Amino acid sequence: MSFWRVTAKRIGYGFLLLMSVLVLNFVLMSLAPGDIADTIAGEMGGADEQMLAEIRETYGLDQPFHVQLWRYLSRVFVLDLGFSYFYNTPVTTLILEKLPATLLLVFSAQIVAIISGVVLGVMAAKKPNGLFSLSVTLIALFGFAAPVFWTGILLIILFVSIFPLFPIGGIMDVTLAGSWWEHTLDVLHHLMLPMITLASIFVALYSRLARASMLEVLGADYIRTARAKGVPERSVMYRHALRNALAPVVTVAGLQFSAVISGAVVVETVFSWPGLGSLALHSILARDTPTIMGILFCSALVVVVFNILTDMTLRLLDPRIKSG
Amino acid sequence: MRLKPYLLRSMIVSLAALLGAGSVAADEPKQGGTLVMAIQNTPRHLNPAVQSGTATGVPGAQLFAAPLRYDEGWNPQPYLAKSWEVSDDGLSVTLNLVENATFHDGQPITSEDVVFSIDTVKANHPFKTMFAPVEKVDTPDAHTAIIRLSQPHPALMLAMSSQLLPIIPKHVYGDGQDPKTHPQNSQDVVGSGPYKLTEFKRDQHIILERNENYFMEGLPYLDKLVMRIVKDPAARTIALESGELMLSIFEETPRDLARMKKSPNLDVSSDGYSAIGSIVWLAFNTQNGKTADKNVRQAISYAIDRNFILKALMLGTAAEAKTGIHPGSPYYDDSANGYEVDLDKANQILDDAGYAKSSDGMRFGLTVDYGWAEIKQFAEYMKPQLKKIGINVTVRASADFPSWAKRISNHDFDMTMDNVFNWGDPVIGVHRTYSSDNIKKGVIWSNTQQYSNPRVDELMTLAGATYDIEERKKYYAEFQQILSDELPIYWLFAAPYHTVSNKKLGNPPMSIWGGSSPLDRLYLKD
Repeated sequence: MSFWRVTAKRIGYGFLLLMSVLVLNFVLMSLAPGDIADTIAGEMGGADEQMLAEIRETYGLDQPFHVQLWRYLSRVFVLDLGFSYFYNTPVTTLILEKLPATLLLVFSAQIVAIISGVVLGVMAAKKPNGLFSLSVTLIALFGFAAPVFWTGILLIILFVSIFPLFPIGGIMDVTLAGSWWEHTLDVLHHLMLPMITLASIFVALYSRLARASMLEVLGADYIRTARAKGVPERSVMYRHALRNALAPVVTVAGLQFSAVISGAVVVETVFSWPGLGSLALHSILARDTPTIMGILFCSALVVVVFNILTDMTLRLLDPRIKSG
Repeated sequence: MRLKPYLLRSMIVSLAALLGAGSVAADEPKQGGTLVMAIQNTPRHLNPAVQSGTATGVPGAQLFAAPLRYDEGWNPQPYLAKSWEVSDDGLSVTLNLVENATFHDGQPITSEDVVFSIDTVKANHPFKTMFAPVEKVDTPDAHTAIIRLSQPHPALMLAMSSQLLPIIPKHVYGDGQDPKTHPQNSQDVVGSGPYKLTEFKRDQHIILERNENYFMEGLPYLDKLVMRIVKDPAARTIALESGELMLSIFEETPRDLARMKKSPNLDVSSDGYSAIGSIVWLAFNTQNGKTADKNVRQAISYAIDRNFILKALMLGTAAEAKTGIHPGSPYYDDSANGYEVDLDKANQILDDAGYAKSSDGMRFGLTVDYGWAEIKQFAEYMKPQLKKIGINVTVRASADFPSWAKRISNHDFDMTMDNVFNWGDPVIGVHRTYSSDNIKKGVIWSNTQQYSNPRVDELMTLAGATYDIEERKKYYAEFQQILSDELPIYWLFAAPYHTVSNKKLGNPPMSIWGGSSPLDRLYLKD
């Protein structure tokens, strides 16, 4: 099958997957006891029955389940994600407000994790039993095993409390008055700790993977051939071996994208990073169905898009992958 | 006729105390500066008229002024009302408004706005008892509002605070849109309080700036007040220690509090939470199951070691609460039976009531619920502790708050941990828990214990219909004595809320409403 036909097929599957995510989540949400009216009453410190009934009527919660589901889906088809019960704001507005911060965090963490993971992995693969390789493995396993909120708090204690190099959280200093580049630097300054925290889990994974896959490739016949015909070692490592060794890393990185997003939920809470993660956490606790559905839809969309992109990248990296 | 402030007959005694306190000279406050403080949750919106709770109340009290404000000793102070008077029959309350007050858009604040605000709160606020006896509000002129009541209604005085009755502009919020979903509840808020809204970003911050035309001369001291939303208690602790945050309210994590108390540049105080009056308790189902028997409830109360909870679990940060009225309230009855731990007595009560131990040493089983993480440990504590008197406790977890609320409000429980607020006057936040006409299925924080006692109902009615504090104290004392005998609830302690402020901060909020009072006297030293 041609490259484009496979891609089209992937997009078709992706669409079906998105629909199932929506329906499944809607069903799961409505299976849970209690609803937004209870949350609003809770937030208010109490309410009377008339007010609870009013809230349920306003949000259509008094309708039978299939009517609610149909109403929701028919709106999503015209790209209307509805109104947040809790914030009384269009869900699209809420998500667009938060999405840039999450994307910034997720992408920068992913890039940092891939680059440092691959570099560490390749360096470790040069001397697989050396001291460096051993310490990379140790540090990587530590980062992988440590719960992400713990790493976050540890970094806060170290770099905010003991050595005050970074701010405690948030995305910017609201009291700062300066030019745009001062604001950009300020955001980057705030980004460092959450980014490192989030990247720490994945550095482990990618470096282990890069190391293993480099070792495997370095043992292959064509590498021996390249060395035999006198190709310089640098070139062997980076031109011949690395390109092939990257395939598994790219695959896993693409698949891990959803894990990075879920990791972001925790990191965002620890660092008060104003992204989708904190919004998701809050709306789940608040039973704010339209907002949760909107966020799940968006993250499912991001994951599906990235899986398709990974697939396409792999095909470009490794011409042997042909069939769908 | 110009009335002097503090004409309330019953408040002459407190007036003397107040004047005495006012004459003590404090440090001269400084003008200017930006203060960054922490809040823990993003409010739904910023208009307390249609949204209860402190998440909205704290920023709301900065944006909107109210007729009255309160000091540390439950004494009302002039605010938008420069003076007020209760008629002899107690059926009308006259407010004389300050004349130079304007909303943030420059329009004058008149008695029409007071009428509109009371109407809006009465129609939309969940605490119906606050303004239920209000029949109408007369406006003889632009600066006089006479509130006409169907019965004497002392709770009105505390209900006229910023947290519960913000004065909102009729020309903005009276435009025909539903005030509950009005777009200007979150953006372009037009208020009457010490600060104006600059920016409200969910999960990030609320930026407030000084209202230059604030009607209280020379206030507020700060140029800018930034409320940063920081959810993680450990992160707040570190930021407070480093000075990145200058003030945080509602701090309640015992370990973080213990740490901050040792910090040389921080002040930690538990003052400022008595009006909100948050109490953590164990509620019983008084109609179904074994807990319908008063003996069982008493035995359980004797078995629980409150001192252990206060010392070991709360690390001494919380004050004991022996009744359903907050210990900081003038109506709290300290002589009520607190059920000091006595396992022999507890076992004796159960033996006498005919609950014999079976061969495995157990008498019967009960469930205990909890709805959120902060009170989980107390539910878990019940299991080993009540085993000592032969009760096999199963801790029931709920996935989240709505799941728990559904169970409890439908009376599907034996015992549950809970945390309920007094909200100023007992009429507003206490009566709802014990009043027999508030047994309402499906409504959380109604009388979900299904407790009913005609004398208790009568005492609440009497105490809610007189302005005489001494008389009210008498009624509430009997009320608390009966309840502590019949125990629809075993009250544990007042929530350990603390205000943590940097020593460079002057006048941290210590009045009975704490952070949900106007923070116009906060200032930065040097």
